[in-house]
Amino acid sequence: MAYVPESLTAARTPKGVGFIGALTSRAVVAPIAAVVVFLILWELLVWANDWPNYLMASPSDLPAAYARYWELFLVMGWQTLWRTVVGLVLAVIVGILVGMVMGFSRTMRDALYPLLVGFNAIPKATVVPIVALMFVGQHDFNTILIAFMISFFPIAVSVSIGLSTLEPEYRDILRSLGASQTTIFWKIALPKTLPEFFGALKVAVTLAFIGTNLMEIVSPHGRGLGALFDSGKTNSDYPLMFAVLIALAFLGIVLYYVVVLLERIFAGWAERPAS
Amino acid sequence: MTNLIEIKGVRHAYRTDSGPLPVLDGLDLSVPEGGFVAVVGPSGCGKSTLTRLIAGLMKPDQGEVWLHGARVTSPRATVGMAFQNPVLLEWRTILKNVLLPLEIVPTKLSKAQAEDRARHLLNLVGLSGFEDKRPSELSGGMRQRASLCRALIHQPEVLILDEPFGALDAFTREDLWQIMHALKEKEPFTGVLITHDLRESIYLADQVVVLSGRPARTQFVLDMPTKGRRDIEMLYTPPAAEMLNTLRHQIAVAQGRDRREAAE
Repeated sequence: MAYVPESLTAARTPKGVGFIGALTSRAVVAPIAAVVVFLILWELLVWANDWPNYLMASPSDLPAAYARYWELFLVMGWQTLWRTVVGLVLAVIVGILVGMVMGFSRTMRDALYPLLVGFNAIPKATVVPIVALMFVGQHDFNTILIAFMISFFPIAVSVSIGLSTLEPEYRDILRSLGASQTTIFWKIALPKTLPEFFGALKVAVTLAFIGTNLMEIVSPHGRGLGALFDSGKTNSDYPLMFAVLIALAFLGIVLYYVVVLLERIFAGWAERPAS
Repeated sequence: MTNLIEIKGVRHAYRTDSGPLPVLDGLDLSVPEGGFVAVVGPSGCGKSTLTRLIAGLMKPDQGEVWLHGARVTSPRATVGMAFQNPVLLEWRTILKNVLLPLEIVPTKLSKAQAEDRARHLLNLVGLSGFEDKRPSELSGGMRQRASLCRALIHQPEVLILDEPFGALDAFTREDLWQIMHALKEKEPFTGVLITHDLRESIYLADQVVVLSGRPARTQFVLDMPTKGRRDIEMLYTPPAAEMLNTLRHQIAVAQGRDRREAAE
């Protein structure tokens, strides 16, 4: 009954490409080269302008910062990561549910859209102090809540659009055979919405990090990379601040590619074969 | 011969913001078992509504729809449908697309038997070797052929075709017409074909029904002299030209371009 993607069973790696081949493929080399070029340009920019590290730290300042605080980076990085992921998972669950309600019922769509848009239009930075005060001391909960709030909107919208724009013929094909609404949802509506859903999830991943860090930076005695950033600021340790930014970027990239991997598995069919 | 499809005095109106919009007004249609009826008529005259009524996807405001002696009030598994849009599921292979109806209707076939049947149908429409391809790898005509196989996999009594060849180019369309005749010989069904193409209607159907403009009723019925499979050459004979001319004239009447003749 449940939808099982065929790409799970079918081998997708092209024949004759081994592990080494995959590592030297364009898909791996090109982004790494881009990162290296970016770091070189950054270093050159700082060097050419002779900026002091409180104005802008250069990449060569960063290894020292990482070496000095590596334990903190691991602990705080993990804090940030798990809270972001939990917030994101909640956003996916709630986003899909709200999206389903809005996708299947016109009335609910008309009713909920203004609320949802208004809610999303509120800058989350302004919500952070309210939440921090409301649930004072509940740092994990607060952080997850903000990560959830900031990332569930694109998911809800994409699922509702995916479901509401399902061509009626798709429904009719199954309905004419006597299929129930649930069967139609599992066999057609859900898989057909997956490409839109993953598109939204990619946006939501990066948004969730912003949410987590807003709370970590703002709330006193916070934890996570945001708190580490804040302590760098307090101690005028500028390379540490930049090191935190890079670590955040790194986590963001990792999580993003996890989503890409899931997309390949569950919605790989939507990718057109390269011509 | 008993009539497999019997539609009597069907009236139906859609509720719109500006009041009810009548689409069918006293429509009658009977199709004998194994028959093939083409329904033609002006755009928006309610032809697609007719297919949804036969499929049990909606109930008429008035009148009756009967299928094999049973009143149609809800969808039934004995119907197969194909539309202008082949609506294949992009995430499934062609074979799995064809097998879809068997996941919903009860079947006596084992998994292997079902697959054999799907392969057999795909072979009939010339899609052997494409079983494991994705729909996106096929041309429009090939997708439509796969969609026909899906419509027939569960051996429906009635095959409803809603302009299935409308979006294809002329040559592909003629190919598919011949495939339709071949399919009908090997996989007997009772067919209802909605079309805008008069040549298609006289080449494929045993009977062509012209609907009037909205709200639609049965305006004219043309019985074809030959039933079943026929040569594509027949389209280029004087009797065919005469039939096409008659139908064309009836459509003009249906469109209201000649109201006096409608009164005759």
